[in-house]
Amino acid sequence: MTRRDAMIRRLQAIVPDEAILRRPEELKPYECDGLTAYRRVPWLVVLPEHESQLVRILKLCHDEKVPLVVRGAGTGLSGGALPLEEGLLVSLARFDRILELDPLGRTARVQPGVRNLAISGAARPHGLYYAPDPSSQIACSIGGNVAENAGGIHCLKYGLTVHNVIALRCLTMEGETVILGSAGLDGPGYDLLALVHGSEGLLAVVTEITVRLLPLPGCTRTLLAAFSTVAAAADAVAAVIEAGLIPAAMEMMDRPAIVAVEDYLQAGYPREAAALVICELDGPEAQVEAEAAAARRQFERHGAFRVQVAQDEAERQRFWQGRKSAFPAIGRITPDYYCMDGTIPRHRVAEVLAGIARLADKYGLRVANVFHAGDGNLHPLIMYDAAAGELEKVERLGREILELCVQVGGTITGEHGVGVEKLDSMCRQFGEGELRLFHAVKQAFDPRGLLNPGKAVPTLARCAELGGMHVHQGRLPHPELVRF
Amino acid sequence: MDLTEALQEQVSTSCRRGTSLRIVGGGSKAFYGRAVEGEVLALGEHRGVVAYQPSELVVTVRGGTPLAELEQVLAAEGQMLGFEPPHFCPATVGGAVAAGLSGPRRPFAGAVRDFVLGVRLLTGRGEVLSFGGQVMKNVAGFDLARVLAGSLGTLGVILEVSLKVLPKPPLEVTLRRRLPPQQALGAMAELMGRDLPLSGLAYDEPFLYLRLSGLPEVIEETAADLGAEYLPDNRFWLDLREQRLAFFTAGEESLWRLAWPPAAPNPDLPGRWLLDWGGAQRWLRTTAEPDAIFQAAAQAGGHATWFRGHGPADPVFQPLPPQLFKLHKALKEAFDPKRILNPGRMYEDL
Repeated sequence: MTRRDAMIRRLQAIVPDEAILRRPEELKPYECDGLTAYRRVPWLVVLPEHESQLVRILKLCHDEKVPLVVRGAGTGLSGGALPLEEGLLVSLARFDRILELDPLGRTARVQPGVRNLAISGAARPHGLYYAPDPSSQIACSIGGNVAENAGGIHCLKYGLTVHNVIALRCLTMEGETVILGSAGLDGPGYDLLALVHGSEGLLAVVTEITVRLLPLPGCTRTLLAAFSTVAAAADAVAAVIEAGLIPAAMEMMDRPAIVAVEDYLQAGYPREAAALVICELDGPEAQVEAEAAAARRQFERHGAFRVQVAQDEAERQRFWQGRKSAFPAIGRITPDYYCMDGTIPRHRVAEVLAGIARLADKYGLRVANVFHAGDGNLHPLIMYDAAAGELEKVERLGREILELCVQVGGTITGEHGVGVEKLDSMCRQFGEGELRLFHAVKQAFDPRGLLNPGKAVPTLARCAELGGMHVHQGRLPHPELVRF
Repeated sequence: MDLTEALQEQVSTSCRRGTSLRIVGGGSKAFYGRAVEGEVLALGEHRGVVAYQPSELVVTVRGGTPLAELEQVLAAEGQMLGFEPPHFCPATVGGAVAAGLSGPRRPFAGAVRDFVLGVRLLTGRGEVLSFGGQVMKNVAGFDLARVLAGSLGTLGVILEVSLKVLPKPPLEVTLRRRLPPQQALGAMAELMGRDLPLSGLAYDEPFLYLRLSGLPEVIEETAADLGAEYLPDNRFWLDLREQRLAFFTAGEESLWRLAWPPAAPNPDLPGRWLLDWGGAQRWLRTTAEPDAIFQAAAQAGGHATWFRGHGPADPVFQPLPPQLFKLHKALKEAFDPKRILNPGRMYEDL
């Protein structure tokens, strides 16, 4: 009997047979997440339904030293859910219940497979909502949001996932239950709740999430401002913040993105603009009206040749539709595109966009930019043709763009995570000491290195091969640490 | 002044010898947590603002920078620390982050850890490492910067910290309304569920206190709607934050902090209560036994801290379940394998 057959037999004692996927046509849909450039047909997929089953699966894997990847909706964009050749893929799709909604305490306790948008849907009748809104919110699961510490357009004002979760129920790789955080606003001991956020499934398996709900804003105003240079738009964004405003969202698009969107759905964006800023304010009505007027003044002062305030909900939706359709709009004009994700200090936006354009020229590739200007989170979309064998060139350009982000004091990922995609770039952002501590933290939670191995944190050897660090005579420091 | 080298040398020496260090910034929170025996690692002179660009909403400062000095620098640009940390006088920024305490604005703006974007820290191995950064969104690597918030110096020495800052609201006013204690929680829950420009919500019998922040016309409209009495100034919140209200100063009973589900009733414990954070942080002056308080807190899904009045070796923080404590020990081992940084300050074996 093969190791795989033995595993199937032992899993059959834990979950019903139909919850174990093993035939090629059953496994194929799980071969990648939202980053389709990396694919691997999984060894086995398991779909547990109860926490008790999950505990037994973890204990089994721990005892047998079988690694596993836990997967939510599979909308991740950095290959964080890429399956293993000889390891389980555990899907939490069946953990999809909202367990409790407490309107007075303004919290919801949900299972990890619940869709992000479904939480706000359930909270709406109580005048509440869940603030973080990654653009995949219609499909992505809250468990995945925790794993990636997902962001979205509302981060500047409402924070990331970590700011909106108050407690997690988790299982360690040994199958032990731990509660992180509390029903109050903080937890006892170390802030492991913060640590698990963005840990990309390497530290623990989350089985319940308690999120904070906020009152629905009384009023929302959306402005669209067009500029003839990227620099003017970037200055205007800084000026809005300097004026003491914290918009709910402040998004920017450059000309290639504007033109693609206009060709696609005629959102009414001025094609002659070099950059567009969409700025949304929310809160009590009188506050929002005053802030919208102040934002408008800043845009005009910084050279906007057109500023429009959405007059009604339909117009507001139209403003947003263009921004939200930017990815499919780009998809229409190129066989393939690759979405990057880096964050930079806001005041370097114009300079970095110019740098990206220079790098794109160097590689002979086109890049369009749509991004969260309010928090400096860039999303360069590199257009290419995979069939023409351009992927490798695209990856090189992508890495150079991220290096540029690090050079100006930014980071290689703002919201998509490292996954398998950015392992090499991690060697540019972090030194040997930092990476070694990451490995030690991983070992503290998962001494056998079985949870999502090979993701998020590169081995020191990998960085050394890239020339990212100096390794003397092939010896790595701390050989006692498990590498994953 | 940048004392990184000297501090690193002292930690490295202690690491080699395996001797304990007691990290001291301003000494304002020496009462907080359990007592530490050890040579003093003084952070007070390692101070200064390293970088500050108001339009970025980020400031980077050395750990020993006086909190009051940082607040002045920010105020000059119309900005502030959103988590409104207590000082208990002469506090440092590193100490404020390590203690992880947030003021009355916490439920509306966020906690200390929510504003920590990056740190440069000195581990128990004597290594200087950087985590996080100076930007709002950053998910590269494990978030070891936020973990330092509230770790009481047991994981590393905060050499530098980058904090997100917020614009100061154009106007703040304080309102109060007389209310019987049994109605306080209901009133708070109702207010917290509405989109109001609130920045403080507390109950100190017999008054419910509200702080409103925003534009004058908005505050006026909201205040009229709430029908409460204006106070002449905002001193109440400062006195609450610094624990100078009579609730904190009168009497001899121990002071406990309970992090609590905001709408849940008070546990059946003797003593006097003060509610902050819209009910999510409750202060209790009591002579009740620690075990009874820890147990009540755990039952409600919250946790308790023996804030003032404990002895040097008393349990100060909520006892952790064994599985969770095991993770704490393993994490301590990763940062400080010889247990030289503030050993026992948080838990006896940590």
